[in-house]
Amino acid sequence: MNPWQSLQNFPGTWLALTCAAFLLADYLYLKSGRFALLNPVLVGIVLVIVSLLVLHVPYATYFEQARLIHFLLAPATVALAIPLYINIQRMKAIAGPLLIAVTVGSVTGIVSAVLLGRWLGLSMPVLLSFAPKSVTTPIAMALSARAGGLPSLTAGIVIVTGIVAAILLVPLLRWLRIDDDRVAGVAVGVAGHGIGTARAFQVSETAGAFSGLAMGLNGLLTSLLLPLLLAILL
Amino acid sequence: MLYGLAVILGFLVAGEAASDFLHLPLPGTVSGMVLLLIWCLIRKGADERTAQAATGLLRYLGLFFLPAGAGVMALSGLLREQGIAMVAVLVLSTLMTLLATALTLAWLLKRRAAHKDDAA
Repeated sequence: MNPWQSLQNFPGTWLALTCAAFLLADYLYLKSGRFALLNPVLVGIVLVIVSLLVLHVPYATYFEQARLIHFLLAPATVALAIPLYINIQRMKAIAGPLLIAVTVGSVTGIVSAVLLGRWLGLSMPVLLSFAPKSVTTPIAMALSARAGGLPSLTAGIVIVTGIVAAILLVPLLRWLRIDDDRVAGVAVGVAGHGIGTARAFQVSETAGAFSGLAMGLNGLLTSLLLPLLLAILL
Repeated sequence: MLYGLAVILGFLVAGEAASDFLHLPLPGTVSGMVLLLIWCLIRKGADERTAQAATGLLRYLGLFFLPAGAGVMALSGLLREQGIAMVAVLVLSTLMTLLATALTLAWLLKRRAAHKDDAA
């Protein structure tokens, strides 16, 4: 076995590459003044793909060795309970309207993606990958895998969805003449998960806290509603 | 850090077990999140060391998506065939979600404020 081949089968190589790609992407994002299209996850994925293509390494080889980083998604998903708990404590006053709005948004997100997708001729695995697109990436990937979608495609779709929601938020609310940071936060949290929440924090602290809660509730609701809605729609 | 991480991993295993044995529609990771949330609600506060480990993990959440996310490179054929339809679905559906959520909440909050004024 030549040295390059043994390096290819050494996890350290791909763990280092993945960390380096993310650090570089994060650096570019901060340097650009948090420009939405330079989202660090999106750029990081592109950097990994380009490296693998240049080095002629098949994706399966890479993923096999980078599994350790992938595994950390699971405990990180469990860890989402902590910010969710903290945000719940802060929002008890308008719990009713909040729950109704998040439910309406959650159902709209799933149903519109599935119906539009079917109308535009997306194939079944792609359609199933789209259904959980508005929830935070770790939950969306787990839901996609469970429903029979393609988790990698879901990861890409979810991130781009977050970016689109973050870009549309302010012009849309201005057009609707809604000037309420709570509404802005909840809308972008339901439609655009963590990336939307980052945008909401730029609007105000209030918008950010509401967005974080809406994102958490939406993750939970979508997990419960998705199997049901898919059974009705498909 | 290690204690908090162990607690989180414990909830992860409990969540996987709950989803498997009870045939829940939730993925095991989400069940684990719900169990940890319930634990916080019962003890009326997040355990300090667990919260620290959670914050540590979530700070690098973005990194954890890269190995799976790079999997789109294996789907380039799919993207070529259905890419344009995908972008259309994504933008339209996101717009509808934002609209539906914002209009519902704005309406409900306005109604509630009006009720309060009536009472006063």
